Amino acid sequence: MTREPPVLSIRGLRKSFGAVEVLRGIDLDVQPRELVFVIGPSGSGKSTLLRCCNRLEEPSNGSIHFDGTDILSPRTDINAVRRRIGMVFQNFNLYPHMTAAGNVMLALRQVLKKDRREAEAIAGEALARVGLADKRGAYPNELSGGQQQRVAIARALALEPKAVLFDEPTSALDPELVGSVLQVMRDLRQAGMTMVVVSHEMGFARAAADRVVFMDQGEIVEQGPPDTVFGAPRHARTRAFVEQIVRH
Amino acid sequence: MPGFAETFLNLAIMQAALPYLLQGLWTTLLLVALVVPLGIAGGLAVALLYRSPRRRVRWPLILYVDFFRAFPPLVLLIFLYAGLPFAGLEIGAFTAVAIGFFLNTSAYYGEVLRAGIESVPRGQMEAARSTGLSAGRAMAWVILPQAVRNVLPDLVGNTLEVVKLTSLASVVALPELLFAARQAQSLTYNPSPIVLAAVIYFVLLWPFVRLLSRLEHRMLAAR
Repeated sequence: MTREPPVLSIRGLRKSFGAVEVLRGIDLDVQPRELVFVIGPSGSGKSTLLRCCNRLEEPSNGSIHFDGTDILSPRTDINAVRRRIGMVFQNFNLYPHMTAAGNVMLALRQVLKKDRREAEAIAGEALARVGLADKRGAYPNELSGGQQQRVAIARALALEPKAVLFDEPTSALDPELVGSVLQVMRDLRQAGMTMVVVSHEMGFARAAADRVVFMDQGEIVEQGPPDTVFGAPRHARTRAFVEQIVRH
Repeated sequence: MPGFAETFLNLAIMQAALPYLLQGLWTTLLLVALVVPLGIAGGLAVALLYRSPRRRVRWPLILYVDFFRAFPPLVLLIFLYAGLPFAGLEIGAFTAVAIGFFLNTSAYYGEVLRAGIESVPRGQMEAARSTGLSAGRAMAWVILPQAVRNVLPDLVGNTLEVVKLTSLASVVALPELLFAARQAQSLTYNPSPIVLAAVIYFVLLWPFVRLLSRLEHRMLAAR
């Protein structure tokens, strides 16, 4: 079997906010259908790393290639790249003035220029995929946090992205609602979606991640299979962090 | 000395003045139909440009908004109508009113809409952009609808003020409702036409005052 090129390829990525350097030279490849878990203490730069991947944050230096496209090149149409990279946010960021279906349909209509009927059909499928076929007419404030996050995932999936970035997708959820979101992510992985997940859900990481990346102070300290990183971390910093979240 | 009713509520005079006042009302409504959309468009331009990260863009906007919010609209209007001719610029009553009210209302609408846009959480723009929407489309479909909803009472209240503002046009002899009433008053030597104008203003604006009140209650309840 020939090795496929990575979906996401990050080299020497640096990002500063003013005088503070948040990312200090990140190299990371994500293979097709791989689920990469990024962990690390708050302020380690993991969310910034994720947000650089679709240029919600403008990197200061380095290169990012997505599916063969240099996304930092000024000639790249960033909107065209973004519709192939799904993103799921900690606070869902659903549009409160639109129904669940409306949230999913907006980019289908405005970006992909689908007609209304086709957009409605795709939105219906996407919502069914996250187990919310019966909620298409509901507004975000009528949904639980877990349901809102699943609508947000449906919104990302409807554009048939090549990869999905998850920025602490379960951190804002009540504990009893986390399971439904993780189940959807598990289904996605089964379906072969490439995913980069910033999260502290260790149980999920152990069960589903192909690789765990530990970041601290803007650098990747250690990476490997979940059992190694969680079970036998090589670095003291990783060990300290893992012990902390296990105790939690 | 004639009685109160005969002086202020003289129905015969009101009846005679009514067609004239309705003509004035028509001019008032035309003025509103011109000034409100232009003011909102100008205010929207101010609010959108204000999002620019460049200080060179934001700074003049702050100056513009502050200046025209502080400048009494009556003074502005008289300056445009009676002052500019000294510089050789004869612009006429209607143009003076249109320009003066545009400058004043666009500053107010600009401030309201800017606050509305800023009230929408940052994540909304990020979510929209992350699905490939351009900044313009994200603004139009995601940010502005929420922004307008968040400041709807202020927008309605501001629009009420604009309608009342149009009565200032009477000082430059634009024949709107108040001007028509004053003409009728001086012709009949009786203040009943002014009372009638007041009634017309009230009938015109009261529904909007009610609406505003409801909106404000709803906003408070939603909080």
